[in-house]
Formats: sequence, C-alpha cells, structure tokens
Amino acid sequence: MYDFAYEKPASLADAVAALGHEDAKVIAGGMTLIPVLKQRLNKPSVVVDLSGLGMTGITVTDESVIIGAMTTHATVAASAAVKRAIPALATLAGLIGDKEVRHRGTIGGSLANNDPAADYPSAALALGATINTNTRSINADDYFQGMFTTALEAGEVITSVVFPIPAKAAYVKFKNPASRYAMVGVFVAKGPAGVRVTITGAGQNGVFRHIGFEHALAAKWSADSLTGVATSQDDLNSDIHASAEYRAHLCNVVAKRAVAAAG
Amino acid sequence: MNAPFEGIGASVRRKEDLRFISGRGNYTDDINRPHQTYMVIKRSDRPHAKIISIDTSVAMAAPGVVAIYTGDDFANIGGLPCGWQIHNKDGSPMAEPKHPVIAHGKVRHVGDPIAVVIAETKQQARNAAELLEINLEDLPGVATTTDALKPGATLIHDEAAGNVCYDWHLGDADAVAAAFKSAHKVVTLDLENNRLIPNAMEPRVALGDYDRHTGDYTLYTTSQNPHVIRLLMGAFVLGLPEHKLRVVAPDVGGGFGSKIYHYAEEAIVTWAAGKLGRPVKWTADRSESFMSDAHGRDHVSTAQMAVDASGKFLALKVHTVANMGAYLSTFAPAVPTYLYATLLAGTYTTPVIYVEVKAVFTNTVPVDAYRGAGRPEATFLIERLVDAVALDTGIDKIELRRKNFIPIDAFPYQTPVALQYDSGNYFATLDAAMKAADYNGFPARKAAAAAKGKLRGIGVSTYLEACGIAPSKVVGSLGARAGLYEVANIRVHPTGSVTVFTGTHSHGQGHETTMAQLVTDQLGVPFSQVDIVHGDTSKIPFGMGTYGSRSLAVGGSAMVKAMDKIIAKGKKIAAHLLEASPEDIEFKNGNFSVAGTDRSKSFGEIALTAYVPHNYPIETVEPGLDETAFYDPMNFTFPGGCHICEVEIDPETGVTSIINFNAVDDVGRVINPMIVEGQVQGGVAQGIGQALMENAAYDASGQLLSGSFMDYTMPRADDLVNITVGTENTMCTHNPLGSKGCGEVGAIGSPPAVINAICDALKIRHMNMPATAEKVWSIINGRSAG
Repeated sequence: MYDFAYEKPASLADAVAALGHEDAKVIAGGMTLIPVLKQRLNKPSVVVDLSGLGMTGITVTDESVIIGAMTTHATVAASAAVKRAIPALATLAGLIGDKEVRHRGTIGGSLANNDPAADYPSAALALGATINTNTRSINADDYFQGMFTTALEAGEVITSVVFPIPAKAAYVKFKNPASRYAMVGVFVAKGPAGVRVTITGAGQNGVFRHIGFEHALAAKWSADSLTGVATSQDDLNSDIHASAEYRAHLCNVVAKRAVAAAG
Repeated sequence: MNAPFEGIGASVRRKEDLRFISGRGNYTDDINRPHQTYMVIKRSDRPHAKIISIDTSVAMAAPGVVAIYTGDDFANIGGLPCGWQIHNKDGSPMAEPKHPVIAHGKVRHVGDPIAVVIAETKQQARNAAELLEINLEDLPGVATTTDALKPGATLIHDEAAGNVCYDWHLGDADAVAAAFKSAHKVVTLDLENNRLIPNAMEPRVALGDYDRHTGDYTLYTTSQNPHVIRLLMGAFVLGLPEHKLRVVAPDVGGGFGSKIYHYAEEAIVTWAAGKLGRPVKWTADRSESFMSDAHGRDHVSTAQMAVDASGKFLALKVHTVANMGAYLSTFAPAVPTYLYATLLAGTYTTPVIYVEVKAVFTNTVPVDAYRGAGRPEATFLIERLVDAVALDTGIDKIELRRKNFIPIDAFPYQTPVALQYDSGNYFATLDAAMKAADYNGFPARKAAAAAKGKLRGIGVSTYLEACGIAPSKVVGSLGARAGLYEVANIRVHPTGSVTVFTGTHSHGQGHETTMAQLVTDQLGVPFSQVDIVHGDTSKIPFGMGTYGSRSLAVGGSAMVKAMDKIIAKGKKIAAHLLEASPEDIEFKNGNFSVAGTDRSKSFGEIALTAYVPHNYPIETVEPGLDETAFYDPMNFTFPGGCHICEVEIDPETGVTSIINFNAVDDVGRVINPMIVEGQVQGGVAQGIGQALMENAAYDASGQLLSGSFMDYTMPRADDLVNITVGTENTMCTHNPLGSKGCGEVGAIGSPPAVINAICDALKIRHMNMPATAEKVWSIINGRSAG
C-alpha cells in the first residue's frame, strides 16, 4: 500500500472534519479497503477509522430492527433478537465471507461500499430499509445507485440501518465457488414495503429488484408461482464462473428456494 | 514402564508441527540479514510484446533506490537451464530457446520479469518500480496449443519453428496399427487435462547474501532441492564455484513440485548481492505466485483403445499435445514424455501401445511437474478411456477392469512402454475399495437420491503410478541432465543420540518424524534421540531433494544403507569389548549381543567407545560412528490402487457434491500410517480440486483471467468429505524398505474417479475438467455435450 495518514476520531464531528481532507477514505471493518490498499488500487491521503465512535449494537422494536453501522456481521448472525425478528437477516449475516471477515466486517461498511456481489444490499432493498447517516435518513430505494455507487455524499457517514420487520423473508445465496461472494443471492420478503425480491451478485449494476418475480409472488406467495417467470440476461454479469444465461437460470432456482425457505 | 512404540508402523505425532502451528517455523521470509535490501520485480502485464525501451532514470532517482537491473544487465549471463533434453522422432534434439533471467527484447507471458528495483525498503522499491518508463509494443499472443499450432500463428521463439518444442513418440506404431485393423472395436475419446496453479501456502522467497571478505555467496530460498539449485544456478547461470555458494532451504510451506525448479529470482538476488555487496531479498506476493510459479498439466489428447469381442484390450494409441508455456522450466520436457507416456499401460495388460507427444510453446506461464506430474494426466486418460470402453461395449466397468488387470502372478511385469513393474495386486485394492465404499449398496442409494430429485453416480479409478524416478543411468539415457540417487549421512553422537543429514527435503511431508522413526526402528535409539537435518548445502551431503514421492523409497533406502554400515561397525566394536568374533554378534532392539548368550553392549555404550577408543580394536577399526551411503535405485517404485468416488448432482443448479470418497492404495511399506493417511487425503483434496473447480483460465491472447483467489477456485474443507484411506500393500522388491511412496497417489488416482462418477450420474460418455456447476447444468439441459 501507499503511505497514508491515519486518524481515529473520538466523535462523529471529528470524523466528518477528518473526511474533509481531499482523498480521505473511511475505514469501518476494512474488509474491502485493506485488500484494495494492499494492491495499491487506492491512494488515500488519510484513512479515517470509525471504530472509536461506538455506533454498534442492535435494537429491536415491534416494527423494526435497528442495527448500528459499526455492528459486525458476526454480531448480527449471532443475535437472538435478530433471529426472532428477522431470521433471514441473521442467516444472511452468517453467510458473509468467512469467520474472520464476519468478526471484522460491518453492516455500515458493506452498505457504504455497495459491492455488486455483497449480501446486505439485497436485504436493505428487499425490506425497504432506512439508512441513517450523520445528516439524514435515506430510503433504500434511493440509496443504491449502481455498483460501488450510493446516495452517500462526501463526508457523509452511515450511523445506523433500520429494517422494518416483514411477515416473511428469506435469503438464499448461491456462492461463487472461488470468492464465496454471491454469484446469485436472492432476498425475498413480504413486508410493509410489499412483496419484494432483490437479487445481488448477478447484475452488472449491483443489487436490483426482480419485478417479474415480485408480480408473480404478489399474486400468490408460492415457489411454484415463479415457474416459467424469466429473468432478462441483458444486464447480468458473464464471467469465467458463470454466463449470463446460467445466472438468469439461477435467479429463478435460488428465488424459488428462498420463497420455500420463507414459508 | 515400556517406552511407547515409535518404530515402523507407529502413528507417531509429527514432531515438526508444534513449531509450524505455533508460528515458530523458520521460513525463508523469517530470515533477515544485516544491511539487507529489498527487491521488487516489474512484471509484464502483456502476454507477448516487444520491449521498445526501458527508461530507469526517474525511478533510479527515487528515495532509497539502490539499483535497477533490466534484461540488458543479464544479456551475457546464462539463461535458466533446462534439466531434461527430449529428442524428436527423427533423433534431433528439442528446440531449447534461451530462458533469460530477465526478459530481453521481448516479453512472452504475463508475469515475465522486465526489470527489478532494489531499494532500502520494500515500500521504496515498490514506489520506484511505478516510476519505470517501459515502452512495449504488443504482439499477437496465444494461450492454447491449438492456437499456437495454427499456420501463421505468432512465433514465440525464433528457435522453435511453428512453436513446437519437440515432437516425440514411444512404442510400436506398426504393431498398434495392425492390432487396430483386426480389432473387434476401437473406442476413441478426446480429452483435456486442465491447467492448474499450484498455490503453495508459502509464496516463493529468495534472499541472496555475499561475504566480500571470503567471497562466499549464500542463497536462502524456498526450494525442495537446494543442491539442485546450487548446481543449476552456480554452474549454468552465474558461474559460481560450488564451494563458494551455499544454498539454504529452511522450513518450506508447501511445494507440490512448484519449488523444484530454478527460478529467475534466485539468480537475480544472488547475482545482485555480489554486485552490491549487500543482501537482497525478494518475497513474492500472492499475485506474483499466480503468474510466476510454474503451472501444472495442460494436455489435449486423443486416446484410442482397440478391444476384442470379450473386452480384452488389444492396443492403445494416444496423441497428446502438451503446453510448455512460454519457456522451458527445469524439468518440463520430461513431464509429458517419461513421466506420462511410460505410464499408459496403467494397471492393464494392453500388449501394444503407441504414443505421440507434441510439446508446444504458448504465451503462458511455464508449465512443469505439479503433484503427480504426468501420471495424473496418464491416469485420467486411461481411466476415462476404460469407462468409455465399458459404455461402448456394454461390459460392466468393474468386470472390464478385472478382465484386463495385470495378473498377480505376472510380476515383474514388462509393459510395452519401457517400464517394468516389480509388484502390485490391483485385484486386492479394487476389492478393498469396493467393500469400503459399499459399492454393492450403491443402487439403493442412487434410488433414494433419485426420490429426492438428485442424480447419484459412482466412479472407479484403478490407477498405477511410478515414483522414485531412477536409476540414474537409465534417466541419463532418456535425457535427464541429473542423477537421481539419494544420500544420507548418519551421525551417531558419543552418547548414542543420532543426527541424520538427508539429501531429501521436507516441505510439509513430515520427514522429521518418519525418518526419525526409521532410525528408531533400525538402531533402537529412542525417537526423542533422533534429529533429521535437511535443506542446507553446507550441512548435508549432495542430495537430489524431494519430489516424485521419492524421499522414503530413495532417501529412506540410503538411510538404511548408512545404518547398515553403522551396525556393521558397531558389531566389530562390540566383538572387541565382548571378546567374541564379529560374526557372532547380533544386533537387536538397540543391543549388540553375543549370539546365544546374555552378554551384550547397548548401542550407547558402543557409540561412546567409538568416540573414546581406550579399549578399542584400533588396528582394524577407525574411531567414530558416522557413516554415509548413496543409494541409486534399480528401478522406479510402482504404487497403485483404487479410488472410488460417489457424487450427488443437483440437476437444478448443476452443483456436484462429493458424498463418499474411498481410497485404497498400495504404497509398499508404511512407516507412519497417520502421515500416509494425511498425504493421501491432501492429494485427493487436490485431485478433487482439479476435477471439480481448479482451472488456470486465460483469454485467447494469453491474458491470465484467474490471477487471484477471487477467481481461481481452490478446494476448501466444505467442498470435501471425510476421505477414507486404506492400504493394501505389496512390498517394493528392489529397495531395502519395500516402500513405494505415498505423496502423489491421491492427486493421481482421484480425478478420474470423480469424473467417472459424474459421467455415471449424468449418463454421458465424457466431460472435461473442471466439472463446474455451469458445465454440468449445461450438459443436463442439453446445451453442451460436455
């Protein structure tokens, strides 16, 4: 990696000030940033570490699950409260990376990075989550804007994520055999935001809602409803691991399994 | 209290593991020398390009830079030597273009070194490397042998017309042609053996040091064979005399063949250390490993078997094109010839065989021996072809194998492809594996899986391989530019403890344990009183290192020979002390005794007497107890066995799960069953990796697509099942231990077992590796023929 300055602010205000430097970079768990830095693919002037700000912990109300941005995947996966309220979310967190990654990586980091094959974006979009930052609250529908692109502005820091509790939800992940990121990950939910099906890993532009699947499931919530419902290959990834055709097929198979898992 | 049994046959825990798993190993990167500098290599990101210019001036002025070298600096230095010369069908030698230490004039593969930057810190070296101004002019590149052989294909080396390295053959073409004419049926199969990237856990490291006062060079390097490196680098590249060059290969974290070869970085750091008068260290990062460690496999073949009406094999004809990569790595030419074609009889009595092998240059990383080296390619071809014969003739695949096995009483068995097998019992390993796998219960399991919508298949591989490549005289006549003996020095200390200096090298195999057990068994010295030393040319005698599963069969045999000398000398000393004739002295359980009496001397007493020779037969026996033996085997050893794999395929996704894997191998004498089990399991894991997921992917021009673990699929624990290992051993008849070797059997026997199981499940004739989910799904849905 290139040399950079390192700051670990004690307050959100200090963090925002530090992020005012040109080419400043936020580090949460560092599970993406550190490898990127090691490969010299990014040259920040200063790395601002959010680990001194708290912002951890899980609160469950009657309507929602609120997760602090610096809460690790392992914490979410192991949370009895999350397992009760939105078991699909705990399952998803437990499928991210490996044990080491889950103990470092954070929900805020994952959503801020918006890797096109990351898991959390599918849950946030399917459940109609609200992403709270130091300046505002952003609806998930407005938040994801293409791969590695979000509504976050310079100096804006995610503080917490609010997930409305759905009646039914499930996440099923078909892993890329090499990276173990999602080759096709499908989150299905029947909740306050209606019936939603989101797909991560397959699309060239990152997470997306599968309107065809949503219509079919809104008509009847059953895996069989998805039989014959096609997925356009136009915007799907095609690489050495899977063609667009195979990914399109997997979208259907994985979505059916998710609906079956959601019950 | 009886001491625990720690001799031959005891599953003694590996004594080296404590330091490995507690972070106390001494790996090459752990070694640092005073005033050390750091080297970073600027590598080509183009598959094939002319080097128009390299401007180092800006980089040279960067902070901390000590030196920058390019191909020009090495233009008058020998290229990296090839250790095996193959001759063409017409008797002419293979094309052997120079392999420059640093690319000169052209780059020929992604990863080819263009320049090196040496600086005070690694960070400074990296920073400066980015300031090199390199002007390349792209040339068309080729990644596959098929493309490289096309008329008008880009020429990679002026010395290799048509990109052909050699066009070689073995066997009797006329006899095969005659047998094909009169055969009941000829079964043909086209197959490919996928290219693999070794991915040892420890990346390669090289640290060169030079003592200006003595003129001594030291190279610390991640090597499986430090003496081979000393010879190749000293004599052929840098012109350094051996007494002034020490090569140290300390703890090495996995090799699988990739650390046999003499690599450019070793020569560069050693040479630069001499130029600069300072130590120079290079540590590969993982990305460099993918593009600079020798790759493995990469064959395209057509195989044809002629059979009679009963299914008896009459003749085998094979045509193989082998990818050498951009240059010849140290032993690359031998892999698709003498380690492959000679194995094509397998476990069968096929009376005539003819093999043609064409080796071809491409714009890819050089290919060389990787766990199994030629034998996995041969085994995959034979065991797939046998299943195709079974399918085409309607004969049961087990019955077909039994019908064609070399009979138990036919050993020694001369194959039509040069090798003579000394021992084996393929019926016993097949029977034991079928029993372990509950082969007969498979139809019921298949039906149960079908009821759940899953496809089950069972695959059998009854393989044979050849280890401990030897004897030197024969391999020399076949083109090897090295001997293949092994050496051991057994040093008994005055109080009876023992240090063994072996020419073999352990890079994960557990030699420190197995070899100590051998000493415990032979000399009766407690296990705790034996140490094994390897990996330092200033300590050990000139040995050939570890590869080809040779360490026990060849290196262990040298130890036995040296211990025989120790015992013979001990008997003379004991005879003197016990006032008896040496012929009357028996040595057993660590005691020298007069036969038929209770008069005896312990091993420790004899050792002390040898070093304190007060009461000693000094007129006839030299003091000391320190013996060396060199052992050049009479023949290869021939491990073999049966691997049975059961798979279940999810037809919706094409995902293949391994349900059961049973290996029953014949590895000859086993010293430590636990270590053998671990070796076989590790090999099978790599074989399953090759069969299901691993693949070095290039685009058509030679751009490496699978250059990191994000894209190169390594097998992980959750991809595997508990691999059940058994042995049904017959003894090697020509070495004193009876051992055959176990390091590679897993990687050799398993890939066809997996693919045979998948073909069985899918009811198809063939598919190439790796059987990725998408490929399997495409076959199920009729989108691809496999």
